[in-house]
This record gives sequence, structure tokens and C-alpha cells, in this order.
Amino acid sequence: MNRVMGTALCALLAGGIAQANAETKLTIATVNNGDMIRMQKLTDDFTAKNPDISLEWVTLEENTLRQRVTTDIATKGGQYDVMTIGTYEVPIWAEKGWLAPLDALGDDYDVDDIMPAIRSAVSNDGNLYAAPFYGESSMMMYRKDLFDAAGISIDGRLTWDQTLEIAQKLHKPDEGVYGICLRGKAGWGENMALITTMGNAFGARLFDEEWNPTFDSAEWKNALDMYTNILGNYGPPGATSNGFNENLSLFNSGKCGMWIDATVAASFVTNPKESKVADKVGFTEAPCAVTCTGANWLWAWNLGIPMGSQKVDAAQKFISWATSKAYLELVASKEGWANVPPGTRMSLYQNPKYLEAAPFADETLLAIDSADPINSTLKPKPYVGVQFAAIPEFQGIGTTVGQQFSAALAGQMSVEQALSAAQSSTDRTMRKAGYY
Amino acid sequence: MENKQTPLGYVSFSVFAWIVGLLIFFPIFWMVLTSFKSELEAISIPPSFISFDWTLENYVEVQERSNYFKFAMNSVILAVGSTLVGLVFAVTCAWAMAFNPTKRTKDALLWMLSTKMMPPVGVLVPIYLLFRDWGLLDTRFGLIMVLFLMNLPIMVWMLYTYFKEIPTDILEAARMDGATLPKEIIFVLLPMAVPGIASTMLLNIILAWNEAFWTLNLTTSDAAPLTAFIASYSSPEGLFWAKLSAASTLAVAPILVIGWFSQKQLVRGLTFGAVK
Repeated sequence: MNRVMGTALCALLAGGIAQANAETKLTIATVNNGDMIRMQKLTDDFTAKNPDISLEWVTLEENTLRQRVTTDIATKGGQYDVMTIGTYEVPIWAEKGWLAPLDALGDDYDVDDIMPAIRSAVSNDGNLYAAPFYGESSMMMYRKDLFDAAGISIDGRLTWDQTLEIAQKLHKPDEGVYGICLRGKAGWGENMALITTMGNAFGARLFDEEWNPTFDSAEWKNALDMYTNILGNYGPPGATSNGFNENLSLFNSGKCGMWIDATVAASFVTNPKESKVADKVGFTEAPCAVTCTGANWLWAWNLGIPMGSQKVDAAQKFISWATSKAYLELVASKEGWANVPPGTRMSLYQNPKYLEAAPFADETLLAIDSADPINSTLKPKPYVGVQFAAIPEFQGIGTTVGQQFSAALAGQMSVEQALSAAQSSTDRTMRKAGYY
Repeated sequence: MENKQTPLGYVSFSVFAWIVGLLIFFPIFWMVLTSFKSELEAISIPPSFISFDWTLENYVEVQERSNYFKFAMNSVILAVGSTLVGLVFAVTCAWAMAFNPTKRTKDALLWMLSTKMMPPVGVLVPIYLLFRDWGLLDTRFGLIMVLFLMNLPIMVWMLYTYFKEIPTDILEAARMDGATLPKEIIFVLLPMAVPGIASTMLLNIILAWNEAFWTLNLTTSDAAPLTAFIASYSSPEGLFWAKLSAASTLAVAPILVIGWFSQKQLVRGLTFGAVK
């Protein structure tokens, strides 16, 4: 009897162990946007190909996600096996040894197909530390009907002075149309993303070669003068509260003559289900000033593996599936080519089906191709990043400076005062951090 | 002196009260309304009030994307669990402070309340490390402990205030009749403090239900409550107001219903001892 019971117990235990081995659960932290939600819905394709791996999704708002994954990775909490991280985090975390290198994505992954600018943004010392899921740059979206009515035509890349003139012509608040909509909400990923690219276009840089902040330069003054003038005088009221989504709402409601923002907005503003002006939108590159270098940003949401994960192999399998060429075809077959995640693979922009479905594809490619995180300023600089400096201190600096610039836009302080405050607060932070 | 209210005064007061009530309720009403709009309708300027194409598509999508009942069940367990654990400690603590005060009681009460003044993010990393080392990350037990400790000062304060209203003589009489300490608390003190205990429980349940810092930072999936459910519908790029409103409506619905049915008890408890 005892022998029978013992055998049964062993069988049960063995079964339990086999069951435990049979399934590896990957916990994936991600942001809530259309492309990521689509990926969640297509999970069955991955689990059918990998029956030994199950996926648990944790979707969070961007800022919450950033705080959550940063805490987890810094404390080696081990709560996540795959993390969605931006191009700002990848080089910093890779440098600290917090991310596992992606060296087993498979033979058919075709890493050389990843756009060079994006690939360089997610690599460190030649190794890939995250795989881009979708990428974006910035560009101008404008109302073709309003341009035609005002007799404006775009010939070549616009300058900020020309953009100002056009904004003046289009600005008719009595008719509910504002000349231009731009980000005014304070934050390193909000107004600072745009203003830094404006600064680049005016010949400015965040830090000189010795890591000294340069907000006291004439270039920054010109850039901020332009920003406060164009948005303050020809933008919507209460622009200091407007980020991407607020401007998207305004543009889709037909309230903006022009809008300079992320290239991913193109799919929203041309979607008749979301936009009242879907068939009236034109696209062109972000304006230049004294240079076009760094005049448009570069950002990508990427999938990376924290060093603490015990399931690196399974996580690499998942990342390989989610960022592969085959995944783009899977999305296209289920949801149409217009819905595939853009901005990461060159082959997508050679695909005639995609080019036909996405009228903004050429401009998006042009914008991403022209954004170089290493050479993004006219004068030499010590940091990597177009609209940010990939150093841990930048989040705090960007938020503080963004608040000062937002105050200048609101008229609470002058441009000179805002720049002076930005200079001294950044200088203090950099000094404290031991840069000089 | 008797305070007689004129009809005009009564009407004015009623109108004022209604206006204030409607103003407070309006955001919730608007949220519910938005949850039945399409994303395009939700952002349209000027906003449409009633005359829009009512749709349930947001609720359908929320149901498809998330397991609402899992999140709701976690919210119930965390809110009720932390309240019950908290009550055990708060009742005994408030009893001691109300009926056997020392010269340091007031200081202790103030000190307890002062712990609420520290921003939670200040202790995030130490608590995260403790949770990691004790294997409490993403567990309901760990979160119940945090929520109970977080709300304990308020529970003690509230119960202390109610207990102070109860005459000590009654407890002494019970003791004279031979009641032991547990019997004195359970059979004499608690029945007299039911309104106060009920409102303390309700307030604590609401506070725990709405807590969004620790519940977001210490959970991933297994113990994630409705706050995590709502947070997953806010998007940095793309329209989300209608879906977020649907998720929020589902999240606040249970607590709204509980609050509605228990409002009499809640008001009675909160104003207990306010007018002497």
C-alpha cells in the first residue's frame, strides 16, 4: 500500500515539475498605445509558435511605466522579463549594466534591416540592448485646404521665419482656427522635446564640450523668442496645457492650421474615424533655421530585457517575434498595412503596399533618416540624443527647464529671465553631479 | 434662542445646496456620459451633451482587453482586508488613548498623524527593497499590510474621537460587574460606537480603494487592483478619453453604490461629536 502511495506521490510530483517546466511565464511591461495594444491582441500567434511560453501583460501610462520599471530595474526587483523603454533609457541603462544584450534574436531576424538612426540609438558599444518596436521623428502636419485658401504653397523645407509668416496668415481665432499648434505643457518629454529641436535648428546645444549648459547663448535666445512669439501670438489659448494629445484633439477638430509633432500622429490625423480633417492633411519636414541639423527629433519605443530576469532566452524569443519583419506582415494581414508599427525597419518603406496605405510614409522615412542622435547640433556636443541628452540627470533638468520655458510662454517671466533661470538651475545640477 | 428660518432663506439655502451638489457631481456625470461616446465625439469642441451617437463600444473594448473582475476582486480584497486588519489595531489603540490617557497621549496622536505628511515616494525604494527581499512584491498580503499601516493613523484618530464621547462610567460599571477587558471592549464599547466604527470602516475602505501610489508601484499583475486597471487606459499618444472614461466608470461604480447606500451612516459618523 505504502509503495503504491509513494509511486503515486512521485508521479504527482514529477507531473508538477513537468508542468512547471512546460510553461515559462513572461511578464511584459508596456505603454498604452495603439501599436502595443494591437500586439497584445496578436499574442495567440506567438503562443501558438511557442507553446512553452505564456505572456502576462502589464499596461501602464507612460510616466507610471517609467517610474515603475526604473524602480524595478534599479533595485533588481525582477518583476518584469520584458520592458518597454524609450531611446532615452536604453544607452543609460546599458551603460550601467542593467540590460541584457540581445544576442540571440535568431538567424532570420535581419538586424541590418533596422533603420540605422534607430539602431544606433538602442546600441551601446556595438551591441543591441533593446529592439525597436516602433519609431518616430517629428514633422509638420498642415491643412492643405487652409493653405490653398490663403494662397500658400510649400516649396522646399520651411524655415521658422516662413512658418511664422504662415501662422500669421492662417490665424483666425474668430473662425475657430489657430495658426499653429505646438506643445506647451511643461516636461522633458513634452515641450522640451520640441523646444530642443528648435534650439538645434537655431544653432544651439544643451551642453558644450565641457558639459557646461549653454542656455545663456544667443542661439537659445533666438529659439525661445521664436517659440514664445509663434505659439503665444498665433497658437490656441491656454497653450501651456497642451501636449501631444491635446494638440491632436485640436488638430482633429479642425482648429489648427499647422501642427509640428511626432510622425506617429500622421496615422491619427488621416483616420476618418478620429479626424474631421482626415482628407485635408498635408505633411512636410519640421522647419529649419540656421541649420536643419537636429531640427526633428528621434524617438523609439523598444523592448529590452532587465539583467535580473531569469527567462532571458524566452524573452529574446518574444522580442524577436514582436520586432521582426514577419510581425509586420502579421499585423498587415489582420489589420491592414496602415496599422503596422512604423519607423523601425527599412524594408517597410520599400513595400509598395505600405506606401500605398500610408500617404505619410515618405515624410516619416525622411524625418527618421535625417535624425542622428550623435550629430544633432551645429556645434560639437558631448552627449547622445537629439531632443535630450542621454545622461541620468536630464530628466530632472528637462522638467525644470521645461517649467521655466512654459512660464515664459505664459508671460509669467521674460525669455531672458527663463533662460537665465534655466542656465543657473542646470549649472547647479551638473556641478552637483560632478561633471565639472 | 430658537433659530427660525424664513421660507425665502430655506429656498435660497436649498438652491445653493443643489448647485453645490450638482457641481460636485458633474465630473462623475461627465465621465459616465463620455464613456458612451466615440473617441472623436469625446474630443469634439464644443462638446456634445446628449445628442450624440450613444455607443457601448468602449465598454466592449475594455472587457476584451482587461479582466475587469480580477482587478475588481483585488480591490475588494485589499480594501476590506486592510480595513479589517486596521480595525483590530485601531480599536485597541484608540481604547487605550481614550480611556487610559497618559500625559504623552496627545503627542503620540499628533506624531501618528504627522507620518501622513511624508510624501510616499520618499520611502518607495526602501519599501520596494523590503518587499523584494521578503517576496511580497505583487502579493495581496503585502499590499494589505501597506494600506493598513498607511491608513492606521486616520483610523486611530477617528475612533479616538468617537470613544471620547462615550462616558467612562459605563465601562467602569461593566468592570464592576466583572467584565474582562476583551468583554468590556467587545460587548460594551463597540456596540455603543457602532456609528463611529461604521464610518471609520467606510472611510478606510474608500481610501484604500482609491489608493494609487503603492498599488501601482508594488504590483504587476496578480495583486493589481482597479487603480492599475484605470492606469492602463491612459495613453501618451492617441485618443483615449472615451475608453478611459469607460474604465473609470467601471472602477468607481462599486464604491459609488456602497457610498450611496451608506451615506446616512457615513454622514452620521463623520459629524458624530461635532455638535455638542
